[in-house]
Amino acid sequence: MKSFKVIEGIAAPMDRANVDTDLIIPKQFLKSIKRSGFGPNLFDELRYLDEGEPGKDCSDRPLNPEFPLNLARYQGASILLARENFGCGSSREHAPWALEDYGFRCIIAPSYADIFYNNCFKNGILPVVLERDIVDRLFREMYDTEGYRLIVDLPGQFVATPSGEQFHFEVDAFRKHCLLEGLDDIGLTLQSAPAIRDYEQRWREQSPWLFDVIS
Amino acid sequence: MAGKTLYDKLWLSHLVEAREDGSALIYIDRQLIHEVTSPQAFEGLRLAGRQPWRRDANLAVPDHNVPTDSLERSGGVAAIADPVSRLQVQTLDENCADFDIVEFEINDVRQGIVHVVGPEQGATLPGMTVVCGDSHTSTHGALGALAHGIGTSEVEHALATQCLIQQKMKNMLVRIDGRLQTGVTAKDAVLAVIGEIGTAGGTGYAIEFGGEVVRNMSMEGRMTMCNMSIEAGARAGMVAVDDTTLDYVRGRPYAPRDDLWERAEVAWRELHSDDDAQFDRVVVLRGEEIKPQVTWGTSPEMVLPVDGVLPDPAAEENPTRRIAIERALQYMGLEAGSRITDIRPDRIFIGSCTNSRIEDLRAAAEVVKGRKIAPGIKQALVVPGSGEVKRQAEAEGLHTIFLEAGMEWREPGCSMCLAMNADKLGAGEHCASTSNRNFEGRQGFGGRTHLVSPAMAAAAAVAGHFVDVRAMQE
Ligand code: SF4
Repeated sequence: MKSFKVIEGIAAPMDRANVDTDLIIPKQFLKSIKRSGFGPNLFDELRYLDEGEPGKDCSDRPLNPEFPLNLARYQGASILLARENFGCGSSREHAPWALEDYGFRCIIAPSYADIFYNNCFKNGILPVVLERDIVDRLFREMYDTEGYRLIVDLPGQFVATPSGEQFHFEVDAFRKHCLLEGLDDIGLTLQSAPAIRDYEQRWREQSPWLFDVIS
Repeated sequence: MAGKTLYDKLWLSHLVEAREDGSALIYIDRQLIHEVTSPQAFEGLRLAGRQPWRRDANLAVPDHNVPTDSLERSGGVAAIADPVSRLQVQTLDENCADFDIVEFEINDVRQGIVHVVGPEQGATLPGMTVVCGDSHTSTHGALGALAHGIGTSEVEHALATQCLIQQKMKNMLVRIDGRLQTGVTAKDAVLAVIGEIGTAGGTGYAIEFGGEVVRNMSMEGRMTMCNMSIEAGARAGMVAVDDTTLDYVRGRPYAPRDDLWERAEVAWRELHSDDDAQFDRVVVLRGEEIKPQVTWGTSPEMVLPVDGVLPDPAAEENPTRRIAIERALQYMGLEAGSRITDIRPDRIFIGSCTNSRIEDLRAAAEVVKGRKIAPGIKQALVVPGSGEVKRQAEAEGLHTIFLEAGMEWREPGCSMCLAMNADKLGAGEHCASTSNRNFEGRQGFGGRTHLVSPAMAAAAAVAGHFVDVRAMQE
């Protein structure tokens, strides 16, 4: 996993509440057995005017001229500004894979769906939670300023605007640590293998009906 | 000290290691695997040279991509027409063979939607932690288990370590008092709950469903409710164990027998919230007040009773909500102020992990029995949740009732719930669907989904528009 420390980049809008995982990456693209290559189909139904199919070359599909990510001013964006309950719906990790593959490293929103929030950290994306009023302001400043760039500082836990204003955000210590170091958490958990074995042995004695049944 | 909730008990009994930063290592008893969210997890194991920690804790079944058309299905995996779907199912078969994981293959009678199969086979049991790379894993909580969906990285993590790194959730009690009216089902109850608390209302919570209505509900109904707790934002939903639970589990293929059963039953009888347990939030509904529900918009919280009138965005003060209503009405091709009963579905879908169990099919069959689907309906699909449900339904003659009414009787799978196989809505078509999500494009590009109970879907099929099924049952 890529580590995340400080990024500075263009912010782009996803200006609606309850953006669900079907909207982030429509299900026809879930048929891939790979982890990469989802970027061109991020927000597929909003981004293109035709219906997307796996394997279809996106470079000559008709673009929706009104969709912000298609506008020149948001090209190269690495920070997505979003609204309440971003990422609701399914548990598909294809949603963060698509965001990451497109080039987003950070999302800023007032709230997220739980599973999506969790999945972001596993894929090197930082989902920042800021209060609704602050997110509102960032949206306004972004719309007003072409080439609007933000700094997201994970060690310092703040978002900085071009005017130098800083907004603190909370992030859980373990997730922060893993993201800063780009750690694979399976490796980390396996360091606790003795504790897992101890637990397992006790649990097996206590609830033997849960063991050795599927074979 | 205050007592413990059911969720607290399940959490504590699976706690391997509590960490200083508030996270915890939680032991996973059962992982269910399907073809869509597992290929990258198995690939990750291979790349890291890892093996599953405990292969007998896993059970796999293909469901999302499998064709439900009998002819296509009869040829097995090799006959799946869509090459991308075929590859995904084949990849599951190969991964399960390589890692020695039990799989119910495409034409095994035990195959079906993973959330129907788990409880049906006794592969998910009370007191377990259950995970699956699918958000509707919350379904299994109906058995008094802690069950929730995970992403693919966590599928790999659970395979490799038999654990997950978790934060404890907060406790919410959703209590439904009194009784449901005849014709009003678990689906209507859970849609009413979502209408009440919203699609983010349960975010960060584990929901326990309780109250007289839930106590009197069948296991199928409880599964329907827990299934949709994710639509209220809660990763996990659950119901306390009682006689209904035990009667359901007893005798299932993977359920314990003889003295193991006796011991299990003693432990399972403890799986309820203590009388003095504290919940962080309590939501109370009156069963008698719940009417049959129909969603009109593109989020499950956009729901109304069948006699309802569509909202007017102009009357909404909150700008985010106003825009959401406008956009939903536009996407759905509906007018503010029109009636739910004016909506005319083009297609009917009875199926999905929410409502494809035997009780659901019986309820739908009861409504269409001796009737015909309306001429305006292009297609009415009935898709049983598993091979076992299909066999049972056929033994009861339900399939004949559906076929005589002009409906199609299909092979088990996810089907039009998310349209990853050939079963899809056309652009602009309305569907009365017993599934769980009405998101834009979910059932096909440009498709318009209305979530309802099986009885309500069947009633709409017969009438050609949404109607109060209670009127047809009199
Ligand atoms: S039936 Fe629908 S919701 Fe359920 S597992 Fe299949 S696709 Fe997901």
